[in-house]
Amino acid sequence: MPIELQHVTYDYMPGTPSQVRALDDVCMTIQDGEFLGLIGPTGSGKSTLIQHLNGLLVPTSGRVLVDGLDTRAKGADLRRLRQKVGLVFQYPEDQVFEETVYEDIAFGPKNLGVPAEEIEERVREAMALVGLPDSLMKRSPFELSGGQLRRVALAGVLAMRPEVLVLDEPTAGLDPLGKREILGHIRRLHERGLTVVMVSHNMEEVARLADRLVVLDHGRIVLSGTPREVFAQGELLESIGLDIPDVTKMMRELRKRGWPVRTDVLTLEEAYEEISRYLAGTKAGGVR
Amino acid sequence: MIRGVIIGQYYPVRSTVHSMDPRAKILIATIFMVVLFVGNNFYCFLAMGLFAVLAVVLSKVPWHVVIRTVRPMLFILIFTLVLHLFLTPGPVLFRMGPVTATWSGLVQGLFIGTRLVILIMFTSLLTLTTSPVELTDGLEDVLRPFSRLGVPHHELAMMMTIALRFIPTLLEEADRIMKAQMARGADFQSGNMLNRARNLAPLLVPLFVSAFRRADELALAMEARCYRGGEGRTRMKKLEMHRADYVGILLVVLASVLVVYLRIKFGPVIRGTV
Repeated sequence: MPIELQHVTYDYMPGTPSQVRALDDVCMTIQDGEFLGLIGPTGSGKSTLIQHLNGLLVPTSGRVLVDGLDTRAKGADLRRLRQKVGLVFQYPEDQVFEETVYEDIAFGPKNLGVPAEEIEERVREAMALVGLPDSLMKRSPFELSGGQLRRVALAGVLAMRPEVLVLDEPTAGLDPLGKREILGHIRRLHERGLTVVMVSHNMEEVARLADRLVVLDHGRIVLSGTPREVFAQGELLESIGLDIPDVTKMMRELRKRGWPVRTDVLTLEEAYEEISRYLAGTKAGGVR
Repeated sequence: MIRGVIIGQYYPVRSTVHSMDPRAKILIATIFMVVLFVGNNFYCFLAMGLFAVLAVVLSKVPWHVVIRTVRPMLFILIFTLVLHLFLTPGPVLFRMGPVTATWSGLVQGLFIGTRLVILIMFTSLLTLTTSPVELTDGLEDVLRPFSRLGVPHHELAMMMTIALRFIPTLLEEADRIMKAQMARGADFQSGNMLNRARNLAPLLVPLFVSAFRRADELALAMEARCYRGGEGRTRMKKLEMHRADYVGILLVVLASVLVVYLRIKFGPVIRGTV
Protein backbone atom coordinates (compact mmCIF):
# COMPACT_ATOMS: atom_id res chain seq x y z
CA MET A 1 0.00 0.00 0.00
CA PRO A 2 2.16 2.85 -1.24
CA ILE A 3 1.64 6.43 -0.04
CA GLU A 4 2.28 9.09 -2.62
CA LEU A 5 2.72 12.80 -1.92
CA GLN A 6 2.33 15.00 -4.98
CA HIS A 7 3.41 18.64 -4.69
CA VAL A 8 2.09 18.85 -1.15
CA THR A 9 2.00 22.36 0.28
CA TYR A 10 0.54 23.14 3.67
CA ASP A 11 -0.05 26.50 5.35
CA TYR A 12 -0.93 26.93 8.99
CA MET A 13 -3.60 29.57 9.59
CA PRO A 14 -3.98 30.58 5.96
CA GLY A 15 -5.29 34.09 5.39
CA THR A 16 -4.28 35.44 8.81
CA PRO A 17 -1.31 37.63 9.74
CA SER A 18 0.30 34.57 11.32
CA GLN A 19 0.18 32.37 8.21
CA VAL A 20 3.12 29.97 8.10
CA ARG A 21 4.12 27.69 5.26
CA ALA A 22 4.96 24.39 6.89
CA LEU A 23 5.35 22.27 3.77
CA ASP A 24 6.44 23.56 0.41
CA ASP A 25 5.97 21.44 -2.71
CA VAL A 26 6.86 18.10 -1.16
CA CYS A 27 6.91 15.14 -3.55
CA MET A 28 7.74 11.65 -2.34
CA THR A 29 6.52 8.07 -2.37
CA ILE A 30 6.60 5.65 0.52
CA GLN A 31 6.99 2.13 -0.84
CA ASP A 32 5.60 -1.06 0.61
CA GLY A 33 7.81 -2.62 3.24
CA GLU A 34 10.43 0.10 3.38
CA PHE A 35 11.84 1.75 6.49
CA LEU A 36 11.89 5.46 5.84
CA GLY A 37 13.74 7.82 8.15
CA LEU A 38 12.56 11.41 8.19
CA ILE A 39 15.07 13.91 9.54
CA GLY A 40 15.29 17.66 9.68
CA PRO A 41 15.86 20.45 12.19
CA THR A 42 13.10 21.58 14.56
CA GLY A 43 10.35 23.35 12.67
CA SER A 44 11.28 21.83 9.32
CA GLY A 45 7.81 20.34 8.84
CA LYS A 46 8.38 16.69 9.80
CA SER A 47 5.42 16.46 12.15
CA THR A 48 3.20 18.31 9.69
CA LEU A 49 4.24 15.92 6.97
CA ILE A 50 3.42 12.75 8.87
CA GLN A 51 -0.01 14.06 9.82
CA HIS A 52 -0.75 14.16 6.09
CA LEU A 53 -0.14 10.43 5.80
CA ASN A 54 -3.36 9.46 7.59
CA GLY A 55 -5.51 12.44 6.67
CA LEU A 56 -5.31 14.29 10.01
CA LEU A 57 -4.14 17.20 7.88
CA VAL A 58 -4.94 17.67 4.23
CA PRO A 59 -2.75 19.67 1.87
CA THR A 60 -3.51 23.33 1.17
CA SER A 61 -2.52 22.41 -2.38
CA GLY A 62 -1.26 19.19 -3.91
CA ARG A 63 -2.44 15.67 -3.19
CA VAL A 64 -1.75 12.78 -0.87
CA LEU A 65 -2.65 9.39 -2.31
CA VAL A 66 -2.85 6.49 0.12
CA ASP A 67 -3.21 3.28 -1.85
CA GLY A 68 -4.38 5.42 -4.75
CA LEU A 69 -7.07 7.21 -2.73
CA ASP A 70 -6.96 10.98 -2.34
CA THR A 71 -7.16 11.92 1.36
CA ARG A 72 -8.91 15.14 0.42
CA ALA A 73 -11.68 13.42 -1.55
CA LYS A 74 -15.22 13.95 -0.30
CA GLY A 75 -16.45 10.92 1.57
CA ALA A 76 -12.96 9.49 1.98
CA ASP A 77 -13.14 6.77 4.62
CA LEU A 78 -10.88 8.46 7.16
CA ARG A 79 -11.37 5.83 9.83
CA ARG A 80 -10.22 3.09 7.51
CA LEU A 81 -7.34 5.27 6.42
CA ARG A 82 -6.29 5.76 10.03
CA GLN A 83 -6.52 2.04 10.62
CA LYS A 84 -4.21 1.33 7.69
CA VAL A 85 -1.75 4.08 8.54
CA GLY A 86 -1.05 3.86 12.27
CA LEU A 87 0.33 7.14 13.57
CA VAL A 88 2.18 7.26 16.87
CA PHE A 89 2.65 10.83 18.04
CA GLN A 90 5.58 12.21 19.96
CA TYR A 91 5.23 11.44 23.69
CA PRO A 92 2.34 9.12 22.90
CA GLU A 93 1.94 8.29 26.59
CA ASP A 94 0.15 11.65 26.92
CA GLN A 95 -2.82 10.17 25.07
CA VAL A 96 -3.33 7.28 27.48
CA PHE A 97 -6.55 7.78 29.44
CA GLU A 98 -8.25 4.50 30.32
CA GLU A 99 -8.26 2.89 33.74
CA THR A 100 -6.41 -0.21 32.66
CA VAL A 101 -3.72 -1.00 30.14
CA TYR A 102 -6.09 -3.45 28.47
CA GLU A 103 -8.85 -0.87 28.03
CA ASP A 104 -6.47 1.67 26.61
CA ILE A 105 -5.00 -0.65 24.02
CA ALA A 106 -8.53 -1.77 23.13
CA PHE A 107 -9.59 1.84 22.43
CA GLY A 108 -8.47 1.80 18.80
CA PRO A 109 -10.00 -1.55 17.78
CA LYS A 110 -13.22 -0.61 19.61
CA ASN A 111 -13.50 2.57 17.58
CA LEU A 112 -13.03 0.51 14.44
CA GLY A 113 -15.97 -1.67 15.45
CA VAL A 114 -13.95 -4.83 15.94
CA PRO A 115 -16.10 -7.56 17.58
CA ALA A 116 -15.53 -8.05 21.31
CA GLU A 117 -13.97 -11.52 21.12
CA GLU A 118 -11.44 -10.35 18.56
CA ILE A 119 -10.48 -7.31 20.61
CA GLU A 120 -8.94 -9.41 23.35
CA GLU A 121 -6.95 -11.36 20.79
CA ARG A 122 -5.71 -8.12 19.22
CA VAL A 123 -4.75 -6.62 22.57
CA ARG A 124 -2.74 -9.73 23.50
CA GLU A 125 -1.07 -9.73 20.11
CA ALA A 126 -0.18 -6.03 20.31
CA MET A 127 1.19 -6.39 23.83
CA ALA A 128 3.33 -9.32 22.73
CA LEU A 129 4.65 -7.31 19.77
CA VAL A 130 6.04 -4.64 22.08
CA GLY A 131 7.14 -7.07 24.78
CA LEU A 132 4.60 -6.20 27.47
CA PRO A 133 3.82 -9.12 29.80
CA ASP A 134 0.13 -10.12 30.12
CA SER A 135 0.36 -9.45 33.84
CA LEU A 136 0.22 -5.70 33.14
CA MET A 137 -3.14 -5.96 31.44
CA LYS A 138 -5.27 -5.09 34.46
CA ARG A 139 -2.90 -2.49 35.85
CA SER A 140 -3.50 1.24 35.66
CA PRO A 141 -1.34 2.75 32.94
CA PHE A 142 -0.37 5.52 35.34
CA GLU A 143 1.55 3.04 37.51
CA LEU A 144 3.92 2.01 34.73
CA SER A 145 7.44 3.21 33.97
CA GLY A 146 8.04 5.71 31.17
CA GLY A 147 9.33 3.08 28.77
CA GLN A 148 6.46 0.70 29.52
CA LEU A 149 3.89 3.45 29.11
CA ARG A 150 5.30 4.37 25.74
CA ARG A 151 5.05 0.75 24.67
CA VAL A 152 1.41 0.69 25.83
CA ALA A 153 0.76 3.67 23.56
CA LEU A 154 2.55 1.95 20.69
CA ALA A 155 0.50 -1.20 21.30
CA GLY A 156 -2.64 0.94 21.19
CA VAL A 157 -1.84 1.78 17.58
CA LEU A 158 -0.61 -1.71 16.66
CA ALA A 159 -3.89 -3.20 17.91
CA MET A 160 -5.54 -1.57 14.91
CA ARG A 161 -3.31 -3.79 12.72
CA PRO A 162 -1.97 -1.02 10.50
CA GLU A 163 -0.06 -1.68 7.31
CA VAL A 164 2.08 1.40 7.70
CA LEU A 165 3.45 2.50 11.06
CA VAL A 166 4.38 6.16 11.37
CA LEU A 167 6.37 7.19 14.44
CA ASP A 168 7.23 10.71 15.58
CA GLU A 169 10.45 10.54 17.60
CA PRO A 170 9.60 7.29 19.33
CA THR A 171 12.64 7.44 21.62
CA ALA A 172 12.37 11.06 22.81
CA GLY A 173 12.73 11.39 26.55
CA LEU A 174 13.41 7.71 27.26
CA ASP A 175 16.39 6.35 29.18
CA PRO A 176 18.99 4.33 27.23
CA LEU A 177 17.38 1.00 28.11
CA GLY A 178 13.93 2.25 27.13
CA LYS A 179 15.33 3.56 23.85
CA ARG A 180 17.05 0.29 23.03
CA GLU A 181 13.92 -1.70 23.77
CA ILE A 182 11.56 0.42 21.73
CA LEU A 183 13.94 0.54 18.76
CA GLY A 184 14.32 -3.24 18.95
CA HIS A 185 10.55 -3.65 18.77
CA ILE A 186 10.27 -1.24 15.86
CA ARG A 187 12.98 -3.11 13.99
CA ARG A 188 11.21 -6.44 14.56
CA LEU A 189 7.90 -4.95 13.41
CA HIS A 190 9.58 -3.85 10.22
CA GLU A 191 11.08 -7.29 9.73
CA ARG A 192 7.57 -8.75 10.02
CA GLY A 193 6.63 -6.74 6.94
CA LEU A 194 5.29 -3.49 8.33
CA THR A 195 6.16 -0.34 6.40
CA VAL A 196 7.76 2.08 8.87
CA VAL A 197 8.15 5.83 8.68
CA MET A 198 10.18 7.21 11.58
CA VAL A 199 10.91 10.81 12.47
CA SER A 200 14.07 11.17 14.51
CA HIS A 201 16.62 13.64 15.72
CA ASN A 202 19.07 10.89 16.44
CA MET A 203 21.28 10.30 13.43
CA GLU A 204 22.70 7.03 14.80
CA GLU A 205 19.20 5.60 15.12
CA VAL A 206 18.12 6.34 11.58
CA ALA A 207 21.52 5.40 10.14
CA ARG A 208 21.17 1.97 11.68
CA LEU A 209 17.51 1.30 10.98
CA ALA A 210 16.34 3.12 7.86
CA ASP A 211 16.59 1.90 4.26
CA ARG A 212 16.09 5.41 2.98
CA LEU A 213 16.30 8.89 4.45
CA VAL A 214 14.45 12.04 3.55
CA VAL A 215 15.86 15.31 4.84
CA LEU A 216 13.49 18.24 5.33
CA ASP A 217 14.42 21.87 5.86
CA HIS A 218 11.96 24.78 5.92
CA GLY A 219 9.23 22.53 4.59
CA ARG A 220 11.21 21.37 1.57
CA ILE A 221 12.95 18.11 0.78
CA VAL A 222 16.62 19.00 0.53
CA LEU A 223 18.09 15.52 0.32
CA SER A 224 16.94 11.95 -0.01
CA GLY A 225 18.61 8.61 -0.54
CA THR A 226 20.15 5.74 1.36
CA PRO A 227 21.69 6.66 4.73
CA ARG A 228 25.12 6.24 3.13
CA GLU A 229 24.32 8.69 0.37
CA VAL A 230 22.73 11.18 2.74
CA PHE A 231 25.44 11.11 5.38
CA ALA A 232 28.08 11.60 2.67
CA GLN A 233 26.72 15.17 2.54
CA GLY A 234 28.07 16.11 5.95
CA GLU A 235 28.58 19.78 5.13
CA LEU A 236 25.06 20.26 3.79
CA LEU A 237 23.57 18.52 6.81
CA GLU A 238 25.60 20.64 9.19
CA SER A 239 24.63 23.81 7.37
CA ILE A 240 20.94 23.16 8.11
CA GLY A 241 21.66 22.30 11.74
CA LEU A 242 21.80 18.52 11.50
CA ASP A 243 24.66 16.19 12.12
CA ILE A 244 26.18 12.94 10.92
CA PRO A 245 26.67 9.87 13.11
CA ASP A 246 29.66 10.05 15.45
CA VAL A 247 31.37 7.03 13.90
CA THR A 248 31.09 8.57 10.45
CA LYS A 249 32.65 11.72 11.86
CA MET A 250 35.47 9.72 13.40
CA MET A 251 36.25 7.96 10.10
CA ARG A 252 36.34 11.31 8.30
CA GLU A 253 38.74 12.59 10.93
CA LEU A 254 40.97 9.54 10.54
CA ARG A 255 41.06 10.02 6.81
CA LYS A 256 41.97 13.67 7.26
CA ARG A 257 44.92 12.51 9.36
CA GLY A 258 46.15 10.27 6.62
CA TRP A 259 44.50 6.89 7.16
CA PRO A 260 43.08 5.72 3.82
CA VAL A 261 39.86 4.36 5.38
CA ARG A 262 36.34 4.48 3.93
CA THR A 263 34.28 7.34 5.32
CA ASP A 264 30.81 6.06 4.37
CA VAL A 265 30.66 4.03 7.55
CA LEU A 266 27.49 4.26 9.64
CA THR A 267 27.77 1.84 12.54
CA LEU A 268 30.31 0.91 15.15
CA GLU A 269 30.57 -2.62 13.74
CA GLU A 270 31.37 -1.33 10.27
CA ALA A 271 33.94 1.06 11.69
CA TYR A 272 35.56 -1.77 13.61
CA GLU A 273 35.81 -3.90 10.49
CA GLU A 274 37.17 -1.08 8.38
CA ILE A 275 39.80 -0.09 10.90
CA SER A 276 40.83 -3.71 11.45
CA ARG A 277 41.15 -4.16 7.69
CA TYR A 278 43.39 -1.15 7.49
CA LEU A 279 45.49 -2.16 10.46
CA ALA A 280 45.95 -5.67 9.08
CA GLY A 281 47.22 -4.06 5.88
CA THR A 282 49.85 -2.02 7.64
CA LYS A 283 51.69 -5.02 9.03
CA ALA A 284 53.26 -3.21 11.90
CA GLY A 285 49.81 -2.78 13.32
CA GLY A 286 49.37 0.88 13.09
CA VAL A 287 50.27 4.35 13.84
CA ARG A 288 51.54 5.84 17.00
CA MET B 1 -9.66 22.37 14.18
CA ILE B 2 -9.43 23.89 17.62
CA ARG B 3 -7.18 26.70 16.48
CA GLY B 4 -10.17 28.64 15.20
CA VAL B 5 -11.10 29.50 18.76
CA ILE B 6 -9.46 32.78 19.63
CA ILE B 7 -9.68 34.06 23.17
CA GLY B 8 -6.71 36.35 23.52
CA GLN B 9 -7.59 38.31 20.41
CA TYR B 10 -4.85 40.94 20.45
CA TYR B 11 -4.50 42.52 17.00
CA PRO B 12 -0.88 43.58 16.62
CA VAL B 13 -0.56 46.89 14.79
CA ARG B 14 0.96 50.20 15.87
CA SER B 15 -1.54 52.91 16.65
CA THR B 16 -2.35 55.64 19.13
CA VAL B 17 -4.80 53.39 20.90
CA HIS B 18 -2.32 50.49 21.06
CA SER B 19 0.35 52.64 22.66
CA MET B 20 -1.96 54.07 25.31
CA ASP B 21 -1.46 53.18 28.95
CA PRO B 22 -3.54 50.07 29.78
CA ARG B 23 -4.75 51.76 32.99
CA ALA B 24 -6.16 54.64 30.97
CA LYS B 25 -7.80 52.21 28.58
CA ILE B 26 -9.37 50.20 31.39
CA LEU B 27 -10.62 53.40 33.01
CA ILE B 28 -12.07 54.67 29.72
CA ALA B 29 -13.75 51.34 29.03
CA THR B 30 -15.26 51.27 32.52
CA ILE B 31 -16.62 54.81 32.26
CA PHE B 32 -17.89 54.01 28.77
CA MET B 33 -19.80 50.95 30.01
CA VAL B 34 -21.42 52.84 32.87
CA VAL B 35 -22.43 55.71 30.60
CA LEU B 36 -23.83 53.28 28.05
CA PHE B 37 -26.32 52.20 30.71
CA VAL B 38 -27.06 55.80 31.66
CA GLY B 39 -28.06 56.54 28.08
CA ASN B 40 -31.78 55.91 27.61
CA ASN B 41 -32.49 56.99 24.04
CA PHE B 42 -31.03 56.63 20.57
CA TYR B 43 -29.44 60.11 20.68
CA CYS B 44 -27.31 58.96 23.58
CA PHE B 45 -26.29 55.91 21.58
CA LEU B 46 -25.47 58.05 18.61
CA ALA B 47 -23.00 59.98 20.74
CA MET B 48 -21.54 56.80 22.24
CA GLY B 49 -21.44 55.17 18.82
CA LEU B 50 -19.51 58.09 17.37
CA PHE B 51 -17.06 57.89 20.25
CA ALA B 52 -16.61 54.17 19.60
CA VAL B 53 -16.15 54.73 15.85
CA LEU B 54 -13.50 57.33 16.57
CA ALA B 55 -11.70 54.86 18.84
CA VAL B 56 -11.82 52.10 16.21
CA VAL B 57 -10.51 54.42 13.49
CA LEU B 58 -7.66 55.56 15.72
CA SER B 59 -6.84 51.96 16.66
CA LYS B 60 -6.24 51.00 12.99
CA VAL B 61 -7.92 47.65 13.67
CA PRO B 62 -9.80 46.71 10.47
CA TRP B 63 -13.58 46.97 10.74
CA HIS B 64 -14.23 43.38 9.79
CA VAL B 65 -12.13 42.26 12.76
CA VAL B 66 -14.10 44.48 15.14
CA ILE B 67 -17.43 43.38 13.72
CA ARG B 68 -16.37 39.74 13.98
CA THR B 69 -16.22 40.10 17.76
CA VAL B 70 -20.00 40.51 17.82
CA ARG B 71 -20.59 37.21 16.07
CA PRO B 72 -20.37 34.93 19.13
CA MET B 73 -23.06 37.08 20.78
CA LEU B 74 -25.39 36.94 17.79
CA PHE B 75 -27.59 34.33 19.42
CA ILE B 76 -28.07 36.40 22.56
CA LEU B 77 -28.78 39.47 20.44
CA ILE B 78 -31.51 37.75 18.45
CA PHE B 79 -32.87 36.15 21.59
CA THR B 80 -33.11 39.56 23.29
CA LEU B 81 -34.74 41.14 20.27
CA VAL B 82 -37.37 38.38 19.98
CA LEU B 83 -38.17 38.41 23.71
CA HIS B 84 -38.69 42.17 23.72
CA LEU B 85 -40.65 42.09 20.50
CA PHE B 86 -43.25 39.72 21.87
CA LEU B 87 -43.30 40.47 25.57
CA THR B 88 -43.54 44.28 25.65
CA PRO B 89 -47.10 45.59 25.90
CA GLY B 90 -48.14 48.30 23.43
CA PRO B 91 -49.71 48.96 20.02
CA VAL B 92 -49.94 45.79 17.94
CA LEU B 93 -47.43 45.31 15.11
CA PHE B 94 -48.53 41.83 13.97
CA ARG B 95 -49.89 38.61 15.45
CA MET B 96 -48.33 35.19 15.15
CA GLY B 97 -50.63 32.52 16.56
CA PRO B 98 -51.01 33.07 20.28
CA VAL B 99 -48.32 35.74 20.55
CA THR B 100 -48.43 39.39 19.61
CA ALA B 101 -45.56 41.55 18.47
CA THR B 102 -45.76 45.21 19.42
CA TRP B 103 -44.27 48.44 18.12
CA SER B 104 -42.89 49.30 21.50
CA GLY B 105 -41.41 45.81 21.67
CA LEU B 106 -39.62 46.36 18.39
CA VAL B 107 -38.24 49.72 19.52
CA GLN B 108 -37.28 48.35 22.92
CA GLY B 109 -35.60 45.30 21.35
CA LEU B 110 -33.62 47.42 18.90
CA PHE B 111 -32.66 49.74 21.74
CA ILE B 112 -31.27 46.98 23.94
CA GLY B 113 -29.67 45.34 20.91
CA THR B 114 -27.87 48.53 19.94
CA ARG B 115 -26.65 48.92 23.48
CA LEU B 116 -25.26 45.37 23.47
CA VAL B 117 -23.55 45.76 20.10
CA ILE B 118 -21.84 49.01 21.13
CA LEU B 119 -20.87 47.42 24.44
CA ILE B 120 -19.33 44.33 22.85
CA MET B 121 -17.52 46.25 20.14
CA PHE B 122 -16.02 48.76 22.52
CA THR B 123 -14.90 46.29 25.14
CA SER B 124 -13.48 44.06 22.40
CA LEU B 125 -11.47 47.02 21.25
CA LEU B 126 -9.81 47.01 24.65
CA THR B 127 -8.60 43.43 24.21
CA LEU B 128 -7.85 43.95 20.53
CA THR B 129 -5.47 46.80 21.25
CA THR B 130 -4.00 45.70 24.57
CA SER B 131 -1.83 42.62 24.91
CA PRO B 132 -2.84 40.27 27.73
CA VAL B 133 0.32 41.13 29.67
CA GLU B 134 -0.38 44.87 29.51
CA LEU B 135 -3.96 44.21 30.41
CA THR B 136 -3.14 42.34 33.59
CA ASP B 137 -0.46 44.85 34.52
CA GLY B 138 -3.01 47.61 34.13
CA LEU B 139 -5.63 45.69 36.02
CA GLU B 140 -3.26 45.11 38.90
CA ASP B 141 -2.78 48.86 39.25
CA VAL B 142 -6.43 49.67 38.79
CA LEU B 143 -7.34 47.18 41.53
CA ARG B 144 -4.64 48.41 43.91
CA PRO B 145 -6.93 50.86 45.77
CA PHE B 146 -9.19 47.92 46.64
CA SER B 147 -6.41 46.04 48.41
CA ARG B 148 -7.44 47.86 51.60
CA LEU B 149 -10.77 46.11 51.32
CA GLY B 150 -8.94 42.81 51.21
CA VAL B 151 -8.84 42.37 47.43
CA PRO B 152 -5.61 40.49 46.67
CA HIS B 153 -4.85 42.61 43.62
CA HIS B 154 -1.42 41.21 42.86
CA GLU B 155 -2.49 37.60 43.21
CA LEU B 156 -5.53 38.19 41.02
CA ALA B 157 -3.39 39.76 38.34
CA MET B 158 -0.84 36.95 38.57
CA MET B 159 -3.57 34.33 38.26
CA MET B 160 -4.92 36.07 35.20
CA THR B 161 -1.49 36.35 33.65
CA ILE B 162 -0.87 32.66 34.18
CA ALA B 163 -4.30 31.68 32.91
CA LEU B 164 -3.88 33.79 29.79
CA ARG B 165 -0.37 32.50 29.29
CA PHE B 166 -1.56 28.90 29.31
CA ILE B 167 -4.65 29.21 27.15
CA PRO B 168 -2.71 28.80 23.89
CA THR B 169 -0.59 26.05 25.43
CA LEU B 170 -3.64 24.10 26.54
CA LEU B 171 -5.36 24.62 23.20
CA GLU B 172 -2.31 23.27 21.43
CA GLU B 173 -2.20 20.36 23.82
CA ALA B 174 -5.90 19.66 23.29
CA ASP B 175 -5.33 19.76 19.54
CA ARG B 176 -2.46 17.31 19.84
CA ILE B 177 -4.34 14.86 22.06
CA MET B 178 -7.41 15.10 19.89
CA LYS B 179 -5.36 14.20 16.84
CA ALA B 180 -3.66 11.37 18.67
CA GLN B 181 -7.05 9.91 19.58
CA MET B 182 -8.38 10.47 16.08
CA ALA B 183 -5.38 8.52 14.84
CA ARG B 184 -6.79 5.70 16.97
CA GLY B 185 -10.16 6.05 15.28
CA ALA B 186 -11.85 8.30 17.85
CA ASP B 187 -14.69 10.46 16.59
CA PHE B 188 -15.32 13.86 18.15
CA GLN B 189 -17.64 15.27 15.56
CA SER B 190 -20.65 13.01 15.12
CA GLY B 191 -23.26 11.41 17.34
CA ASN B 192 -25.85 12.96 19.64
CA MET B 193 -25.05 15.22 22.60
CA LEU B 194 -24.75 12.39 25.12
CA ASN B 195 -22.44 10.35 22.92
CA ARG B 196 -20.35 13.35 22.11
CA ALA B 197 -19.98 14.22 25.78
CA ARG B 198 -18.94 10.65 26.51
CA ASN B 199 -16.47 10.74 23.64
CA LEU B 200 -14.72 13.66 25.30
CA ALA B 201 -13.19 11.45 28.00
CA PRO B 202 -10.24 10.46 25.79
CA LEU B 203 -9.53 14.16 25.38
CA LEU B 204 -10.28 15.51 28.83
CA VAL B 205 -8.53 12.89 30.97
CA PRO B 206 -5.11 13.38 29.36
CA LEU B 207 -5.65 17.13 29.21
CA PHE B 208 -6.31 17.36 32.95
CA VAL B 209 -3.40 15.08 33.76
CA SER B 210 -1.04 17.31 31.83
CA ALA B 211 -2.57 20.56 33.12
CA PHE B 212 -2.01 19.46 36.72
CA ARG B 213 1.53 18.40 35.92
CA ARG B 214 2.18 21.75 34.30
CA ALA B 215 0.74 23.63 37.26
CA ASP B 216 3.01 21.69 39.59
CA GLU B 217 6.07 22.36 37.50
CA LEU B 218 5.21 26.03 37.16
CA ALA B 219 4.83 26.44 40.92
CA LEU B 220 8.23 24.82 41.43
CA ALA B 221 9.87 26.95 38.75
CA MET B 222 8.42 30.11 40.30
CA GLU B 223 9.60 29.15 43.76
CA ALA B 224 13.02 28.28 42.36
CA ARG B 225 13.19 31.89 41.22
CA CYS B 226 12.20 33.13 44.67
CA TYR B 227 8.71 34.29 43.79
CA ARG B 228 6.83 35.23 46.95
CA GLY B 229 3.97 37.44 45.96
CA GLY B 230 3.63 41.08 45.10
CA GLU B 231 5.33 42.75 48.05
CA GLY B 232 8.37 44.75 47.03
CA ARG B 233 8.13 43.53 43.50
CA THR B 234 9.15 45.96 40.77
CA ARG B 235 8.16 45.98 37.13
CA MET B 236 10.36 45.63 34.11
CA LYS B 237 8.04 47.84 32.11
CA LYS B 238 6.87 50.79 34.19
CA LEU B 239 3.48 52.06 33.16
CA GLU B 240 3.41 55.74 32.32
CA MET B 241 0.53 58.01 31.41
CA HIS B 242 1.11 60.22 28.38
CA ARG B 243 -0.78 62.98 26.67
CA ALA B 244 -2.88 60.59 24.58
CA ASP B 245 -4.06 58.92 27.79
CA TYR B 246 -5.19 62.17 29.39
CA VAL B 247 -6.86 63.26 26.14
CA GLY B 248 -8.66 59.92 25.96
CA ILE B 249 -9.94 60.20 29.51
CA LEU B 250 -11.00 63.78 28.89
CA LEU B 251 -12.88 62.74 25.75
CA VAL B 252 -14.77 59.97 27.51
CA VAL B 253 -15.69 62.36 30.32
CA LEU B 254 -16.96 64.90 27.76
CA ALA B 255 -18.94 62.16 26.04
CA SER B 256 -20.43 61.22 29.41
CA VAL B 257 -21.55 64.76 30.06
CA LEU B 258 -23.08 64.90 26.59
CA VAL B 259 -24.95 61.63 27.19
CA VAL B 260 -26.34 62.89 30.49
CA TYR B 261 -27.49 66.06 28.71
CA LEU B 262 -29.12 64.05 25.91
CA ARG B 263 -30.81 61.83 28.46
CA ILE B 264 -32.40 64.80 30.18
CA LYS B 265 -33.30 66.55 26.94
CA PHE B 266 -34.93 63.69 25.03
CA GLY B 267 -36.05 61.33 27.78
CA PRO B 268 -36.53 57.56 27.53
CA VAL B 269 -37.02 55.91 24.18
CA ILE B 270 -40.40 54.62 25.29
CA ARG B 271 -42.35 56.68 27.73
CA GLY B 272 -42.74 55.17 31.15
CA THR B 273 -39.53 53.13 30.98
CA VAL B 274 -36.09 53.98 32.26
